[in-house]
Amino acid sequence: MYRLGVDVGGTNTDAVVMHGRQVLAGVKAATTEDVTSGVLEALEQVLAKAGVERGRIANVMIGTTHFTNAVIERKHISQVAAIRLGLPATACLPPMVDWPDALRQATGDLAYLVRGGYEFDGRPIAPLDEAEIDRIADDLAAKKVKAAAISSVFSPINQEMEQTARARLQRKLPDLPVVLSSDIGRIGLLERESAAIMNASLLALSARTVDAFAKALRTTGLDCPFYITQNDGTLMDAEMVKRFPVLTFASGPTNSMRGAAFLTGIRNGIVVDIGGTTTDVGALQHGFPRQAATVVDIGGVRTNFRMPDVFSIGLGGGSLVRRDRDGAVTVGPQSVGYRIASEALVFGGETLTATDVAVRLGQAGIGEPARVAGIEDGLAREARATITRMLETAVERSRISPEPVPVIAVGGGSILMPDRLGTLEVLRPDHFAVANAVGAAIAQISGEVDRIYSLENGLTRESCLKEAETEATERAIGAGADAATIEVIEREDVPLAYLPGNATRIHVKVVGDMGGVDAHQA
Amino acid sequence: MTKYTVSADEMEQIALGGAFLGTGGGGDPHIGKLMAQAAIAEHGPVRVIDAEEVANDALCVPVCMMGAPTVMVEKLPRGDEAREALAQLETFLGRKADALICIEAGGLNSTIPFAVASATGLPLLDGDGMGRAFPELQMVSFTMHGIAATPMVIADEKGNSSVINAISNQWTERLARAQTVQMGGAALVALYPMDGAAMKKGLLRNTLSLVKEIGETIAAERKAHRNPADALIARLDGRRLFTGRVVDIERRTTGGFARGKATLKGIDADAGRSFALEFQNEFLIARDETGAALATTPDLICALDADGGLPITTEQLRYGLGVSVIGLPCDPQWRTQAGLDLVGPGYFGYEQGFVPIERLREAV
Repeated sequence: MYRLGVDVGGTNTDAVVMHGRQVLAGVKAATTEDVTSGVLEALEQVLAKAGVERGRIANVMIGTTHFTNAVIERKHISQVAAIRLGLPATACLPPMVDWPDALRQATGDLAYLVRGGYEFDGRPIAPLDEAEIDRIADDLAAKKVKAAAISSVFSPINQEMEQTARARLQRKLPDLPVVLSSDIGRIGLLERESAAIMNASLLALSARTVDAFAKALRTTGLDCPFYITQNDGTLMDAEMVKRFPVLTFASGPTNSMRGAAFLTGIRNGIVVDIGGTTTDVGALQHGFPRQAATVVDIGGVRTNFRMPDVFSIGLGGGSLVRRDRDGAVTVGPQSVGYRIASEALVFGGETLTATDVAVRLGQAGIGEPARVAGIEDGLAREARATITRMLETAVERSRISPEPVPVIAVGGGSILMPDRLGTLEVLRPDHFAVANAVGAAIAQISGEVDRIYSLENGLTRESCLKEAETEATERAIGAGADAATIEVIEREDVPLAYLPGNATRIHVKVVGDMGGVDAHQA
Repeated sequence: MTKYTVSADEMEQIALGGAFLGTGGGGDPHIGKLMAQAAIAEHGPVRVIDAEEVANDALCVPVCMMGAPTVMVEKLPRGDEAREALAQLETFLGRKADALICIEAGGLNSTIPFAVASATGLPLLDGDGMGRAFPELQMVSFTMHGIAATPMVIADEKGNSSVINAISNQWTERLARAQTVQMGGAALVALYPMDGAAMKKGLLRNTLSLVKEIGETIAAERKAHRNPADALIARLDGRRLFTGRVVDIERRTTGGFARGKATLKGIDADAGRSFALEFQNEFLIARDETGAALATTPDLICALDADGGLPITTEQLRYGLGVSVIGLPCDPQWRTQAGLDLVGPGYFGYEQGFVPIERLREAV
């Protein structure tokens, strides 16, 4: 059977058809405002190019940066009521306190602090103020707020108050989608709350986007299941994405790095993914994206997701090239984005972009080279020097050791990458332009157990962890993972001091390659 | 006379340096930093003064947070508990404070006094009582100089507070800890009221400046794409202990402390070896696979993210995380018999005796 991988980026929608380790065909289409027509175009093209019958496609795996871009660009995000249960505690730092002003404005800057929340041992800090929840419901109705996020102090050890508050809110507002922080994050109130608020702000967009994917697949005649890749490189189903779009936040870089590792067989190196507007730089360690250790900024907000450590700069194929007042040549961060196919000079447009410079200097032969012949040589060379310097700085930042490591250039904009970067060798694998879609196509299957265990009657922490690990492994294999490739990626236990019987919450997640994918070379 | 002032922006470096000297504990200074930045935005920068500037009869008071770091990242304060505790202590003593003291240069308490100093307009002394972070309130240089922790005021966000009078600093810890647990695992306190003369004897000098300098070093090294470990080792006369990846982490919150043990598998130069970090809020002992100690309290065991170079706290430890672990010699006062009685391995229940880090062989 065959697998189809799709990557929906801000500029391009890429698709690949794969069979085992082999990439049969890869194509790029422009991302469209409605998402559907761009995906449709990519699917039709790649199926035609691969010459594979639609009925033989077993799975479609989609990676998307749509939700991350929405937060970064502060577009398509809804107003959210951030409701925190914790007073009289927590008043000193209200919800969104460490957010950039623009993002706080975009989500409506609407925070409510309510009496409630738990102590570490499960006692209530204060009883939940349900009358206040009713007043908030009235306020939300008057303000026509479309979503809410509820975070209670210590909800990871007891969800009950968040659930009660949601039920109370929905008595007056039955159609209001409400995100609970305990469904999203771990201990760390500000980070978990921020993730819940961002998630709530993206619910409307995620419903539209997932429907757009489904429509594109249906129209193409693909009636196989489709999955969306999440931060850790594993798959989730469409319903899950509708409820938890934040879980896709880092899937773009994860897919491009895993795709780059797959295409080159390189296990340690720097991956530079140059898109239309931005370039993401991250490190591969032992074949996996290097994880960020502590907190990760998304659009300037601290979160505690497990994510690859990626550094982004405002440089891409569509970056505007200009000479500023002092005569210096600047590249980006403004970009023509997905309009590159009509606005760049080589494609018949009127805007000088980084791609035009690359074509002018003979680094690439795309569009109509004649249209850029008139670019002044000095300007082109200066622009190229600026681009190289930007890439060098970004790669240097991702190196923590002086050892020479290979640089793998992927993404549609990688024509901007010189053949060497300082002393580092640059590799451009086959299908480099669609590495993200390859990464999506080889996404892994996970198995997860998150349950409260009672450490009594001879059960020890170790035996319960082992049991959870075995069960998670069985689930992953049951879902189609290759047993030989199973690895534990999350393993934690939180003692629940408030419950009798030495209760502990154990969370284990294992991942493995999809059977028949053989994503890692022996 | 002001030695220097600290702005909202400079709190970033203070928090970074405080996280490093937190030796894995003391709570994430991020929360205290945000509180200090909010206070500075409203009331203006913090004045830091030298101990010698203070009159011998001046009243100097440390203010800090007490409790488990895992609680502090979740149950944030109401905001004015520390000011409330200070005001009640002033009422009890019948006089106003002249200067504030940072009791603990590591962790959350490296930043909390800045919030209080800005809000009250009181100057903050350049120094602290630990030179790092420790889990119990009698574990300060002041105890070694015979300064009493009480009268002390403890206050929570619910509006509860009490004045404690105790016969010893150990008893103060015992009574205050029980109240902290009842208050929900975290409380704000004003304690060790002392006159300027006592402060000059007991204070570990210039440690706030050191916190700032460490923060600046970490920021500068990261900006230059270097892991800060080498620069910090050189600057602070430290030792590289090991680099490893967390393969197991066991935690329990008992008696108001986050206790536990992390097991790490050696990576890079330490591949093939394994290590353990034992903690009680802070990292207290680092061991190799034979169980031999690589560093022991009161010497400092500091962990940096092996990749990004940022300080790591015990609550951030998680499966798969790579850390490089550095050992630093503690303030000489801690290595005296009186110091070791307060904070040596024996106090924490370890059979391992204290061996100065410079005498333990470096991990090979």
